[in-house]
Amino acid sequence: MSHLLEVKNLEVRFALRFGDLTAIDGVSFTLDKGERLGLVGESGAGKSVTGFAIINLISKPGYISRGHILFDGENLAELPGEKMRDIRGNRISMIFQDPMMTLNPVLTIGTQMCETLMAHRNISRKQAEAVALEKLRKVYISSPEQRLSQYPHEFSGGMRQRIVIAIALLTDPALIIADEPTTALDVTIQAEIMDLLLELCASEDMGLILITHDLGVVSRVTEKIAVMYAGKIVESGPTENIITDPLHPYTKGLIRALPDPERRGQGERLQQIPGTMPTLTALPRGCSFHPRCEIKGGICEKEIPESRAVKGQKREVACHMAENPSPPPVYEREGA
Amino acid sequence: MNSRQTEKILSVRNLVKHFDISGGFLEQLAFEKGKIIRRHTVVKALNNVSFSIAPGEIFSVVGESGCGKSTLARTAIGLYPPDSGEVFFGGERIDHLSPRQMLPFRARMQMIFQDPYASLNPRMTVRQILEEPVFFHRPGISRAEAGDRVAAVMEQVGVDPQWAGRYPHEFSGGQRQRISIARALMVDPEFIVADEPISALDVSIQAQILNLLMEAREKRGLTYMIITHDLSVVAHISSRVAVMYLGSLCELSPADQMFDHPRHPYTRALLSAIPRLGSKKKHIRLTGEVPTPIRLPSGCVFHGRCPYADARCKTEIPLPLSPEPGIITACHGLEEGRIPLSPE
Repeated sequence: MSHLLEVKNLEVRFALRFGDLTAIDGVSFTLDKGERLGLVGESGAGKSVTGFAIINLISKPGYISRGHILFDGENLAELPGEKMRDIRGNRISMIFQDPMMTLNPVLTIGTQMCETLMAHRNISRKQAEAVALEKLRKVYISSPEQRLSQYPHEFSGGMRQRIVIAIALLTDPALIIADEPTTALDVTIQAEIMDLLLELCASEDMGLILITHDLGVVSRVTEKIAVMYAGKIVESGPTENIITDPLHPYTKGLIRALPDPERRGQGERLQQIPGTMPTLTALPRGCSFHPRCEIKGGICEKEIPESRAVKGQKREVACHMAENPSPPPVYEREGA
Repeated sequence: MNSRQTEKILSVRNLVKHFDISGGFLEQLAFEKGKIIRRHTVVKALNNVSFSIAPGEIFSVVGESGCGKSTLARTAIGLYPPDSGEVFFGGERIDHLSPRQMLPFRARMQMIFQDPYASLNPRMTVRQILEEPVFFHRPGISRAEAGDRVAAVMEQVGVDPQWAGRYPHEFSGGQRQRISIARALMVDPEFIVADEPISALDVSIQAQILNLLMEAREKRGLTYMIITHDLSVVAHISSRVAVMYLGSLCELSPADQMFDHPRHPYTRALLSAIPRLGSKKKHIRLTGEVPTPIRLPSGCVFHGRCPYADARCKTEIPLPLSPEPGIITACHGLEEGRIPLSPE
């Protein structure tokens, strides 16, 4: 069976003065048509670099040193720049965190939308405007005809992000990569934008890679999760399984550190993961999580754990000590 | 609760704070109907806000960006002078004091800021950062005594005292926030205002910092006012929660009450929007966008997005009412019983 996207053993390095720095180290995952994957991790874990690598936007001194990215049968890691432009922003679109940074402040929304479309399709401005209007309606922008002549500063944060999504939709992409699309927005707006993305994925049969640090958002939107730590995927599998029964001690820690709405009280403590994520220049020997790990054994300080399949489930975990899935679930779900 | 009504640590009455952002004289001039007129643009950040905080409480203020929660914090501890209204600290009125008269109060209240990259002076060592408030507020203190204090507080917040000679850039975000907390603790305050203390930090670090704040509170008997937009954190630690919208207080209740039985329509929408682990529950969809505080809507500020709004909401500003002791809501619909009490 062929996947929409297959990332295999991807390695991204940055050539620095004192030598190469490995930002992404052997990342593999697949995504099918219409499937939604969440890439979760802390800042510096390599989630965004993974996203950029897929559309070949790693700029110098970074480069893809190993692995392949198969998208519809083509290896994007080796595609020449010319051909890549047919895919980037056309068949794969990307949405970024801050809509004020992605929109050009001195061009109207209409110009920006038509520009994108005319770069990829051989159509007139009039035809492009028609498509733009259709997409603006899809993201529930009211009176789109007037909006086309407005500038980004005339919109609120949530509206701007919806316009960015409309731009991403212009070329009917097969895959959207959304890098922290709601981090800069308020909760009520965040919920709206996530609903919108979910709805669009279903109606347009689009794949989605959602890059975020927020496990709550991921659990609401995605079907699969890959948890990243210090450049590696430490655990991956169906969202349901990972949220209810995490196996890797880092995933466990992340989930336990979330404030539990059911367990509250004045001055209530949270369960914390001790320490901080190591910098990529000074990774510890063996498993990079071992200095913060509560179940580490002697082997963890010596050998890097390989990703291994979990018996009876479609998931993988990279940990020497993690056991097979165990009832009872660590996290009680509300209203389950 | 009632017996301690008199010994509130902080109380705020009818606080109003407006900011004039119209700029210089020439920028205020506008041309209209053949005449030159002078126009003021005013951001109405706080409109008639009242509440009080008892000793030992963890009082949280939540709301979306631009709702005036940071302005409220800063006005409450006297960083901004209010346009009208009164602020009492430990029973004494502090809002009209001169900077010199304010000094003894300043040592009793401290603030922790959101961004530990911006709030620590990059050209001072950690020791200098921590000593500064002590020398300022206790001019008689000896160098040795201040040094001991720095070591003790650094120990308490989990930063190795040996690093006191280092500069802020040598620390990670989480450690910097620990240093900001240490700085607030240096003068033994009673009351700490934390403005988004964890939102600039990574998930696994957020829990560490929150726990540190809770620990410091237990050891030193502190009272907190926490400003945040992160509702799940609020639910976890607070004793009482105030929900703000466009410079007005919508609802103020004990955390348990608020999260089990949210009353105000805005609170309900806000709570239903929290992304919860494993929850696929539908959230309440608000229509429309947040209006600007420059042109406040007439009547109830929330009426434009409220599913229950009627004619009265558009014209009359709802007053804060207390349907039950300890709970305050400002909503015509709740008052008239138009809105069912328990949703779902």
